[in-house]
This record gives sequence, structure tokens and C-alpha cells, in this order.
Amino acid sequence: MLTARNISYDYPDRQVLRGVSLSLAPGEVLAVLGQNGAGKSTLLRCLAGALKPTGQVVLDGRPLQSVPPGERARLLAFVPQHVPTRLPMTVFEAVLLGRRPYLSWRPRPQDLEAAWEALSLLGLEELAQREFSEISGGQRQKVALARALAQESRLLVMDEPTSSLDLRHQLEVMTLLCAQAEERDTGVILAVHDLNLAARYASRALLLCSGRVLAEGAPDEVLTEALIREAYGVDVLRVQTGAGAMLFPLSAVGGRA
Amino acid sequence: MQVAADKTGVEAYGALTGRRAARILVLAALLAASAVVSLAVGSSSAGLRDTLRTGLDGVIFWELRVPRVLMGLLVGSGLAVGGAVTQAVLKNPLASPFTLGVASGAGFGAALGIVLAGAIAKWAVAGGAFGFALVTALFILGVARMKSATPETLVLAGVAIMFLFSAGTSLLQFLGTEQQIQAIVFWSFGNLSRASWTDILIAAGMILPALPLLFLRGWDLNLLLAGDEMAASLGVNVDRLRLAALLLAALMTAGAICFTGVIGFIGLVGPHLARMMVGGDHRFLLPASALSGALLVLVSDCLGRTLFAPHMIPIGIVTAFLGVPFFFALLIRRKREFW
Repeated sequence: MLTARNISYDYPDRQVLRGVSLSLAPGEVLAVLGQNGAGKSTLLRCLAGALKPTGQVVLDGRPLQSVPPGERARLLAFVPQHVPTRLPMTVFEAVLLGRRPYLSWRPRPQDLEAAWEALSLLGLEELAQREFSEISGGQRQKVALARALAQESRLLVMDEPTSSLDLRHQLEVMTLLCAQAEERDTGVILAVHDLNLAARYASRALLLCSGRVLAEGAPDEVLTEALIREAYGVDVLRVQTGAGAMLFPLSAVGGRA
Repeated sequence: MQVAADKTGVEAYGALTGRRAARILVLAALLAASAVVSLAVGSSSAGLRDTLRTGLDGVIFWELRVPRVLMGLLVGSGLAVGGAVTQAVLKNPLASPFTLGVASGAGFGAALGIVLAGAIAKWAVAGGAFGFALVTALFILGVARMKSATPETLVLAGVAIMFLFSAGTSLLQFLGTEQQIQAIVFWSFGNLSRASWTDILIAAGMILPALPLLFLRGWDLNLLLAGDEMAASLGVNVDRLRLAALLLAALMTAGAICFTGVIGFIGLVGPHLARMMVGGDHRFLLPASALSGALLVLVSDCLGRTLFAPHMIPIGIVTAFLGVPFFFALLIRRKREFW
């Protein structure tokens, strides 16, 4: 459904991505991992069409850049890392923005229903009529996710969608994303910092280090003590538990514990 | 259970949009009423009924009052919609054609037109106003595109430009003949009384075509507020929209003030007033801004003509004296954050 072949991206002052390739099939949940500055956000922006990398990104059999923006928006929903803190509209209206690719001026009943369904999936019904600017940071992040779900795309590209959420909501959101992948065959790509979350929910993981793919495969193969030490500069203890492998950070390599 | 929940959420939104449409109708009714009152009152004692009954003062009615009211409608809607669009495009509630210096640019251009071609050359005055409004708008857009440009930077840049152009206007006054100075100063008060039918046609040509173009982009302007990245991911051509919207706003601002002079504050107050009434959805906000801006101008003009009759106070002065306290009252009384 989405393939990247040997893509690289440079910002004016530094090279961020170097020859990254990946592919995503429908129903897969791909976790993009790596330390701060490894290129996760840049990679996701390239995949979402927000940046134009060298190399090739293919969406649904066509080069991404040749897909008209309106059509691309029906195939792929993108949740940027930074969600606006203020929007002069209600939560429901903020979610309804995700229906833009299907709308001309007046939302049709099915648009309103899709927005409401997305809100309900994230448990935001109570907030629907509140002003967006008045809700908490975690709630705003869930609104951004609901907006992406309302888009009813076949692919979700999300930059740290759980970063502002507490434990319970992290688990809820990850469960929801896996359910979307399983039930609707949605492809999901997300950048995450929490390795345990990735290990538990992702069907595949991609580990970036200085803009290159260090490892790619099943989370168990990627999240090894040696690879994490290389990518994050951290010694971890990996313990097999009833809920799968768990990673416990021990100390920064070369630093003080 | 699920079905019931579906209904509440969707119905609540339907009720919300219904309320907004109703408020727009209320604004329209108020505007219609104030237009009728404006036609009826004036420094000449000819009331609307007299005029209609006798037809004696047809000249005053058709050559003074009707153009005045039409110009007021155009100017108010042009400034307010221009302000609302500027606020959306720059994601800045402080933005307006005035706080960004676009109006000062237009003022300088108009003064330049007066000095170079004489006040009678309407096209030169309008062209000068538009040209410099455009230059200023493009400059502000350039500043906005710089990576580090915060809303504060933009407003600071606008204030700096305002000083630059008022210095330029002062220089033109310093160099100009007495007649030119008089024309420039009179222009700077803001006044609807000089509107001729030709002026109205030109101003209408600059303001009216932009309105539907902007109204139709309501969704896209909503998306701009959610962030460029999000807007782009939902299919909006962000750069093109921002450029086109800002150019249209500059055109409307220039069209609004090139014949009537500096009518302050409508571009800032109009949109905020509309936002307090109908919320931030631009599909409703832009028409509501047009109506509230026009309403503010007509009411201010009526008061300016009648408060100290037979003396007329130029509308630019009245809008500031009335608009500022009114705006503060709204800011203090509001219960919710609107932006």
C-alpha cells in the first residue's frame, strides 16, 4: 500500500534521512523508533507528502507526488507531532475538519456521522460541544486522532500520537489503532518513544539511527539489547514477561546511571 | 444506545449551525434597519417619508444619501472580511489591515495619488491605495514566511510599517500644495460624504468579487487555523491559499478606504464581533463579519451625522470613539475564549 525506496532528505544545514526504504501492507502497524533527532518525524513527513524527499515514495501503486492532494487526503491521514493549542471552534467541529476531503460546503449526514463515530471511538462524546481551546493537552491529542479517523483513510501516519497521554489513554489509543488495522485493514505507521508500547502493539518495528535504518522486522527482533544500545546509547535489561518482552532502561552508555 | 448517541452529537451540531444561521439573519435584519434609518436621517431635514412622498429632495436622496449608505455597506463589509481573512491566514487574532500596516500603506498610496494626479483623479487615488496596500501585504507575508516569525513579530513589523508610511504621508504633506494637504488631511479623517456613484462602482468592483471567492474557501481557512501541516495533509494548497487570501484582503482593504479614507478599527472589531456571535467557522464567520462590519459603519455614520447636527463628525473619528469602548466592553464581558 505504501512503499518508500531509498529516500533521503536534507534540511539546508544537515542531512536527516539517508537511503531509507520501507513498505507497509494493509492491516500492519509499523512503529518507527529511534532517539531524538534520528529522523523519525522527517521520515513520517516524507511518507505523508509534507516533504519531498529524493528517492521514491509509492502510494497505492502511484508515485506519491503525482497523487492529487485531495485524493491523497482520502487515502492517507497524517497527524503531525504538534497539535494546535488554540482553535476557535468546538471539539466536534475540530474533528469534522477531517471530512474536508469529502466536503464542498455543507457537511452531509454521513460526514457528521463519521465525525461522531470517530469521537465516540476515542471516548470524547462528553467533550463534543466544548470549545477546543478549553480542553486539556491530552484531550487535544485525542481530538487530533479523532480528526484523522474521521478522514476514513486507508493509511494512518502519526507522529508520536501518545506523547501527551497518560498510561490508561496510551493503552486505549494503541488498542484502538490495532483494532482499526485489524478490522478495517488500515495501515498504521507511528513514531513512538515508548519501546514497551511498540513491543506490545506494533506488528513491525523500524529502528532509525542517524537517518539510516538500523534494523527492521518483528518488534522482538528489533528491540534487542544490542540494537537499543546502538540506537539510543542506553543499556537496557530485556525481560520476558507474561505480556511479552519488557525493556528496563539501566544506564546511559558512557554516562552516569 | 449507539444510535441514540449518534443522534445527540449530530443533532447538537445541527442546532449549533442553525443558531449561527439565525444570528446571521438577525445581523442582516439589524443592518437593513440601520440602512433605512441612515437613508432617513441627515443634516438636511428631509426625512425618508418626506422624500418618498414629495420627491422634492430627490437630489439629496439619490446623490447624497443613497451613495453614502451604499458606500458604508461596501466599506464596512470590505474592511471586516479583509480583517477576518487576515486573522485566519496569519493565525493571529491581532491581525487586521490596520495593525499590519496595510491600511497605512493604502493611505500613503492614496496621498501619493493625490499629490501626483490631483484629488479629482479617482483612479490614481484608488490605484495608489491598492498598489501600496498590496506591497505592504506582500511584505508582511514575506515576514510571516520567515521561519522564526511569531505572531508578535508580525504585529511588530506591522507597527513599524505603519510608522514608515505615516512618515511618508507626512513628507507628502510637507511637500504638497495647500490644496493637496487639505485633500490628504480630509482623506485621513475617513468620510463617507464624498462618495459619488463612480466611486461606488470602483469600490464595489474591488470588494464584491472577492467576497464569494473567500466565502467559498471557508473550510480551507478553518483548516489553516489547525496548522499548515494538517491543512496540507487534508488536501489544501497552503501557500497558494495564503497568498490568494492575503491579496484579496489587501484588494478589499484598498477598495474600502481609497475613496473614504481611514475608517479605523472596523477590520479588527468587525471580525471579533462576528466571532463572538457565530463562532470561528469561516463559513459563517465571513458573512457575519461582512454584516457586522457594515452595521458598525452605518451606525457610526448615523451617529456622526446626528449627534452634533448640523455639524458632521467624520466617520473615522466616530468608529474609533465608539468602537474602542464597545470592543473593551465585549472583551471584559465575554465568558469564553473565542480564539
